Amino acid sequence: MIAQAATEIDTGDTAWMLTSTALVLFMTIGLGLFYAGLVRSKNTLNTYMMCVASIAVATITWALVGYSLAFDGTGDLIGGLGHFALQDVGFEPREGLTIPHLVFFVFQATFCIITIALISGAVVERMRFGPFLVFAALWTIIVYSVLAHWGFGGGWLFERGTLDFAGGIAVEMGSGFSALAAALAVGARKDYGRLGLLPHNTVYVLLGGGILWFGWFGFNGGSGFGTNEASVLAFANTLLCPAAAVATWFALDAIRGRRVTAVGAATAIIVGCVLITPAGGFVSPGWALALGALGALPCYAVIVYRPRTGVDETLDVLAAHGVAGFTGILAIGFVAQASWNGVSDGLFYGNAAQLGDQALAALATPVYAFVATYVLLRVIGLVTDLRGVDRDEAVGMDFIHHGEEAYPTGEGAILVSPEDGGEPPTPVAQPARGA
Amino acid sequence: MKLVIGIVRPEKANDVLEALYRAEVRGISMSKVQGHGGELDKVETYRGSTVAVEVSDKVRFEIAVTDPFVEPTIAAIREGARTGEVGDGKIFVTPLERAVRIRTGETDETAVTPVGA
Repeated sequence: MIAQAATEIDTGDTAWMLTSTALVLFMTIGLGLFYAGLVRSKNTLNTYMMCVASIAVATITWALVGYSLAFDGTGDLIGGLGHFALQDVGFEPREGLTIPHLVFFVFQATFCIITIALISGAVVERMRFGPFLVFAALWTIIVYSVLAHWGFGGGWLFERGTLDFAGGIAVEMGSGFSALAAALAVGARKDYGRLGLLPHNTVYVLLGGGILWFGWFGFNGGSGFGTNEASVLAFANTLLCPAAAVATWFALDAIRGRRVTAVGAATAIIVGCVLITPAGGFVSPGWALALGALGALPCYAVIVYRPRTGVDETLDVLAAHGVAGFTGILAIGFVAQASWNGVSDGLFYGNAAQLGDQALAALATPVYAFVATYVLLRVIGLVTDLRGVDRDEAVGMDFIHHGEEAYPTGEGAILVSPEDGGEPPTPVAQPARGA
Repeated sequence: MKLVIGIVRPEKANDVLEALYRAEVRGISMSKVQGHGGELDKVETYRGSTVAVEVSDKVRFEIAVTDPFVEPTIAAIREGARTGEVGDGKIFVTPLERAVRIRTGETDETAVTPVGA
């Protein structure tokens, strides 16, 4: 994160940050579409709704306490409560920035939102909707705020000089390793490992991946908090790195299965965006290309390996976010260039200490995210069932939890008006019903 | 030679397939159908309009078998499809007059016996 010395509000910076914030919010909608396409049709709406619900839940918790715990003060592990319920968050710029404090708050809120939405990918098609909402509310406070404080808000990693441009720590490793814990705590789907559980709409997957890439220009391009060189560099790298990741994915798909897959392409877009998230404003455009091309390899390996395990981490949040975020955070330690970022060099440019700071983040973040998420879900599981009975899963989450279908035919649907007392008229063809 | 028609819940279709496979019944057609068999309506709400969906999605199996396979096929469909709730479906068995395998021109019992069986 690059903090500028000026404390006057800059209208150009503010205009771009307002735009970036809207772009990042749109990512969560794109993620919902991406996830919805990857599940079976009977779970389309529920999967999408977990992302929509994340917007509501995380916005409220972030405004009340999350933002304060992440961005108030320089405590080692956690911030203070000075900004509880947006206290002292107004039009004056936050120290070192050139945008109103409120804009900074709402920009950061969109990051918290997408992170909890990402984790839903590990538990779709089986976790009950109500417990997910409770989990989302608590997770944003207990895990996200803490990791955001470590990486962005003045916590111990930030103070050491660990570089994380746009959220390799809190967003990517935070979601990826929490997703693994969530998958273990909630358990595998009923038919996992027995039947092929296939994506029901690959066009949604591609469109969702495209919306995510589009929004990521705000996610990375806004993480310089203005229209400065760091933002411009990150913006350019957000095109370069995913493009290289997609090319690598094509090659790996072709070698492995002799065909290039569409779901693979959509996945590779996300992997590439995640790889460049922590590194965006710190590495040269050339290294961004290399990072996309090489960083895709471990992610691909995990995606191929994971289904062979008993772990139903359903939509591979660990591979696409956890492993890619881990790789990106470490890559900074090798290829960061002070001549591009004005902050620090990596190992290749003579500064081995940076790699040490990056490695510390790459070890501490997964451990905290995994343990805290696992314990949190186990505790919620003591109070209420995390998942429904097998029959609910067989019928599908859309009807069970929302009373709607993604693709209703409309045939045979009889309007139930309130005057009937909610009783549907008995169809002529079924006079004996209930007899 | 009989045609066995099984109409089952869509969420049990995979269980029926597995049961048929275990009973060594091969040669199956499946289609998605909609119908009503006396089960409770699904009540859904779209933007304030509450509707009772009178027809339910079902999956229809059509299996042409030789006479010795009729009972195992019926048993397999029941085993896979049964939940005990109203709406589990029906099985119909009708006589089959002729069958022709398009590729070879084989007829009747040879035609409905899968290759390699």
